[in-house]
Amino acid sequence: MALLEIRNIVRRFGDFTAVDGVSMDIEAGEFFTLLGPSGCGKTTLLRMIAGFDSPQSGEMLLDGRDLASIAPEKRPIHTVFQSYALFPHMTVAENIAFPLRMRKMGKAEIGEKVRQSLEDVRLADRGGRYPGELSGGQRQRVALARALVNRPRLLLLDEPLAALDMKLREQMQLELINLQKEVGITFIYVTHDQTEALALSHRIAVMNGGKVEQLDEPSKIYDSPKNRFVADFIGTCNLIDAEVSVVGEEKMVLQIGGLGEVAAKNPGTTCGAKGILALRPEKVRIAAQLVPGSDENHFKGRVHDFLYMGDVTVYIVEVGEGVHIEALLPNSAAGRPRILAVGDPVEISWRYDAGTFLDG
Amino acid sequence: MAKNFGKWLISGPPVLYLIVFFVIPTCIMVLASFRYAGEYGGLAPVLLRDASGAHLNLTLESYQEFFSDFIYSWLFIKTLIYALVTTFFCLLMAYPLALLIARSASKYRDLLVLLVILPFWSNFLIRIYAWMILLGPQSAFSAALNGFLGIFGVGPVRLLFTPFAVVLCLIYVQLPFMVLPLYANLEKHDPALLDAAQDLGANGWQRFWRVTFPLSLPGIYAGIALVFVPVLGIFAVPDILGGTRGIMIGNLIKQEFLEARDWPFGSALSIMLTIGAMIIVGGAALFAGRRRKGDV
Amino acid sequence: MSRKLLAASGIAVYAFLYLPLVVVIAYSFNNSKLNAEWVGFTWHWYRVLLSDDIMLKAAGNSLLIALTASLASTVLGTMAGYALYRYKLKLLPVLVMAPLAIPEILVGVSLLIFFVAINLTLGLLSIMLSHIAFCVGFVAIVVRSRLSGMDESLPEAARDLGATPFQAFRLVTLPLIAPGIIAGALLAFTLSIDDFVITFFTAGVGASTLPLQIYSMIKIAVTPEVNAISTLLMLLTLFLIVVASRLSPDSIRGR
Repeated sequence: MALLEIRNIVRRFGDFTAVDGVSMDIEAGEFFTLLGPSGCGKTTLLRMIAGFDSPQSGEMLLDGRDLASIAPEKRPIHTVFQSYALFPHMTVAENIAFPLRMRKMGKAEIGEKVRQSLEDVRLADRGGRYPGELSGGQRQRVALARALVNRPRLLLLDEPLAALDMKLREQMQLELINLQKEVGITFIYVTHDQTEALALSHRIAVMNGGKVEQLDEPSKIYDSPKNRFVADFIGTCNLIDAEVSVVGEEKMVLQIGGLGEVAAKNPGTTCGAKGILALRPEKVRIAAQLVPGSDENHFKGRVHDFLYMGDVTVYIVEVGEGVHIEALLPNSAAGRPRILAVGDPVEISWRYDAGTFLDG
Repeated sequence: MAKNFGKWLISGPPVLYLIVFFVIPTCIMVLASFRYAGEYGGLAPVLLRDASGAHLNLTLESYQEFFSDFIYSWLFIKTLIYALVTTFFCLLMAYPLALLIARSASKYRDLLVLLVILPFWSNFLIRIYAWMILLGPQSAFSAALNGFLGIFGVGPVRLLFTPFAVVLCLIYVQLPFMVLPLYANLEKHDPALLDAAQDLGANGWQRFWRVTFPLSLPGIYAGIALVFVPVLGIFAVPDILGGTRGIMIGNLIKQEFLEARDWPFGSALSIMLTIGAMIIVGGAALFAGRRRKGDV
Repeated sequence: MSRKLLAASGIAVYAFLYLPLVVVIAYSFNNSKLNAEWVGFTWHWYRVLLSDDIMLKAAGNSLLIALTASLASTVLGTMAGYALYRYKLKLLPVLVMAPLAIPEILVGVSLLIFFVAINLTLGLLSIMLSHIAFCVGFVAIVVRSRLSGMDESLPEAARDLGATPFQAFRLVTLPLIAPGIIAGALLAFTLSIDDFVITFFTAGVGASTLPLQIYSMIKIAVTPEVNAISTLLMLLTLFLIVVASRLSPDSIRGR
């Protein structure tokens, strides 16, 4: 049995359906992420799990127990809020002691737990300070310590790193992964940042318009997006209109207007199906002249435009008539940061299984 | 269910109190304007009993009285004129002050705003009384003015108990209500806009009339609303400073209630005042709304 | 606009705002029965004031009314402010704002008719009830502005960490809005002790307050005693407002 079972949850606000029949199982010990653009329903879903909002229909079971009739304060679920929601009129130690006091724990025991918890987040000397006197990263750690101090079954994190600058965010990502491993508590993490989601999670549910578009491991989501939205939302992707012309056992042939025939992996479609080919730029090889290799797809074109990004250069290559394909070239090759200029003839190639054909 | 219970528990007492001590009195006043005056002041009964049974004892007499004599309409018009003049001068005086505060260093702004508000917090009567002293015949101000006028052979003028005294004091008591919304608006202007205007060749006056002033229009509208409407109902200022020539509609209402004891007529006047104020506010809101749409 | 012109006109307006009040205060120390020539410094008018039984009685009434009215309106106003913040209500916002938006004289006369209609003798009680009615709105606005400045997730965080709704209110919301409530109470006290118009209509002959007493002295016989009581009243108000604005700066400025 899964730790948290979510069954057909629907939440409407007037005419707007924020969460539209979402179902998912979250396993014990998992780092689970709800990923999507703002307004996709991820925060609403999180608030319903916490108990601040209730669904119009559907049910949520925690350890098999229906959550509907349980008030938020009675749920063994704690939240790390986006704003951290540290009580400004209480010291750091008082903040961490709050959930323990609410459980009527003895004074001595509270003192011991708070001390331990402060040590865990490396804030042992900050217990007497007020939240207003802490840095962003320290506040974040206090919020985590407070939410974890009485060992909830489930920890909900609502974009907890959004307020931090980039350097600190990366450091906190590592800390979060380690912390989750250490305490073994199930995390449900909400974010709109796909890099963060890919880096942190065991599994990701990509949400859009109140629905789950794809629920899978990070690498599966990245490599085999299920539909156009996921392909487009996660990372960058060439999305090219295509039609299936020949279907083989494992491979198939796609007809692309202005480009011609392209070999692709057969996901089990029928001949004549229309859809798009989703192709990640980093899976496209590019050079002025490519040594003929094992790549099934090989085209000649011209550099239409390029973006120098520091570590890589993104080339937009015009192949055929009006078809633009993005390709990534790492700038690692010594002595030639960029050798291709706009208008230069180039060659690109990719393996038949580099891209994914998406129906519809 | 439990949620609604909490909602009623917390909002119930204030709602109840305000219904009893605001809504019901207002309704009673509306009703009173259609009743007859009592023999010894106050109000005559709503129901009259005679041989044929009880019947309603209501009348439009008070409203007929209002329209039968132009003196009442004239008093309304005069009140409107006082309010307009007051609003105009408030705007004239408040604008430079608000601009000055908005362009001061941010550490002084709070203090400068506080200095505008503080006089407003002193007792209303004291502020009127102060002008009674300043405009009194023996005051240094009066003496200096009359001395100056004497040079040109213009005879001593009296300042106290005149419409001038009333309007001057109205400007004085209402001025903060114009400064605050103007300041709130001007303070939000992005200074880069003025730099941009200068960069594009606008001189000081052009920058003011083409950038600052149009952007401050919402603040001006808010200030006008805050100054204009309350003036309509004021009675203490003309009562103390106006003499007989300077009275406004509020004085007549007070008189009907406390001296003439014609409550139905006093109520009718109050309702006409409310309706008048509502028409003006509604009209101004419509005008401002159309302006705003026009701007987009 | 040129900076110098701006500064000059600004200073002129400040002078316009303060000159009358300075004159009132100055004459309260003038050793003359007339508010005209400066004769010399004296405490005489303050001594007269302190031996004026009618004035002292009025001051006592004013204090009693202001204390009762501010206490009651703080309770009601805090409830109203919290309800305005927490729930989407239709009736309450109108009820709270309307008494502040319509001319005071109308509130005064309608209450006068009302008290007569319900046969309540005009006096201290009718004044208190009236003052509460117009103070509730001000307290509600101050409290709500304090609440909307609070991070909404704070009471939620308390619930999340195991507090009941009541505990969340008592341990988190209430301490955070306490300065707003105190500021609201001070504001109500000031408004009540200063009120003239509504008191004028609801006082009847039974009770007098400081502003009513000042009014009748201005109307009948002006002596610098009025200046003395005005000066004291200004000092009291100044003190209350400065304290209130320290506690809740936005609410005082927002008026």
